[in-house]
Amino acid sequence: MIDYANLFIKSIFIENMIFAYFLGMCSYLAMSKTIKTSVGLGFAVIFVLTITVPLNFLIDKYLLKEGALSWVGPKYAELNLDFLSFIMFIAVIASMVQLVEMIVEKFAPALYGALGIFLPLIAVNCAILGGSLFMQIKNFSGITESAIYGFSSGIGWLLAIVAIAAIREKIAYSNVPAPLKGLGITFIITGLMAFGFMSFMGIKL
Amino acid sequence: MSNTNRTLLSDPMDDNNPITVQVLGICSALAITVQLKAALVMSISVMAVMAASNVIISMLRDLIPNRIRIIVQLVVVASLVALVDQVLRAYAYDVSKELSIFIGLIITNCIVMGRLEAFALGNGVWRSFLDGIGNAAGYGFILILVAFFRELLGSGNLLGYQVIPDFVYEMGYENNGLMLLSPMALITVGIIIWIQRSRNRKLIEN
Repeated sequence: MIDYANLFIKSIFIENMIFAYFLGMCSYLAMSKTIKTSVGLGFAVIFVLTITVPLNFLIDKYLLKEGALSWVGPKYAELNLDFLSFIMFIAVIASMVQLVEMIVEKFAPALYGALGIFLPLIAVNCAILGGSLFMQIKNFSGITESAIYGFSSGIGWLLAIVAIAAIREKIAYSNVPAPLKGLGITFIITGLMAFGFMSFMGIKL
Repeated sequence: MSNTNRTLLSDPMDDNNPITVQVLGICSALAITVQLKAALVMSISVMAVMAASNVIISMLRDLIPNRIRIIVQLVVVASLVALVDQVLRAYAYDVSKELSIFIGLIITNCIVMGRLEAFALGNGVWRSFLDGIGNAAGYGFILILVAFFRELLGSGNLLGYQVIPDFVYEMGYENNGLMLLSPMALITVGIIIWIQRSRNRKLIEN
């Protein structure tokens, strides 16, 4: 249990997708002009990460890894389909996003109204593919662990985008040097926030 | 080479730079700018993927049904990236280890998809090829610039070789360890944007 809690805290604060690895920076910069849209996008990212990371974990474990196909038969045991992982992961992500979009539209129209426009955008958000690729490197032992990793990385991403959106709403009224307006100051603020998040480093439960 | 083709190459270097003006492709780009070597390899990989994918999509542009074009583009890009990844693992294993997941993330690098959508789907093969090269060069230029300053100021090296002479250290100069931390990549890009927009005032946002 304590391991799960550790992983949870670590993925939110210490290995934050935005501040430590710069994943999903494009949508982070483009969609953070108002708090409302950033919250919508953040929840969509949590949602999709929580689904795709465990799914890709299963695919990696039972199809792609070296020796993963041994459940099919002994002569498949030495196959290593690792080189297919990029294509498999991105195909799973793209189709899952499509599927989730259809399901949400059918069964939860209100949620669709809130998330709808963001879901297609997410298929090409680096944070989603990054989550799956990190999952592959980190060698998680089980599906619960990978699900927790996906969920908490999503929360970290949401925190980051909502925080920057709030700052950007305020900074619109400040007197920023003209060449720094917009993009430049956002970069510098993100850098300063990343310094702040570094203070979480080393926290362990 | 005609004038319009030349602007395809020169425009992304300044007026229409992928990172500082179009704001595409920042994902994953900055994490590998601690060392110049990794940034160079990354830029070359992105250039190969962009030029090839632009050419392929431009050749197929009349055959791809509009509704499924994103999936087709993703598959083309993902296969090219897998190819680049295998080549790097075979010929430059240590760099490939260092870049870890960031080679894979070229697939979702918005600059690749962005140029496919905005340019390759509507233009001929040769022009798309030039556009791919030009945008990858503009992207690589910023990446290499950031990595240059981070490696020079952070560890006193360039491409792994010491460039700041010993007597400077003896006079009391210290490497700035702060430059090696990831937040400094963001701040360096912020400063580059500042300098670029002070020189090129039509880029200033309102």
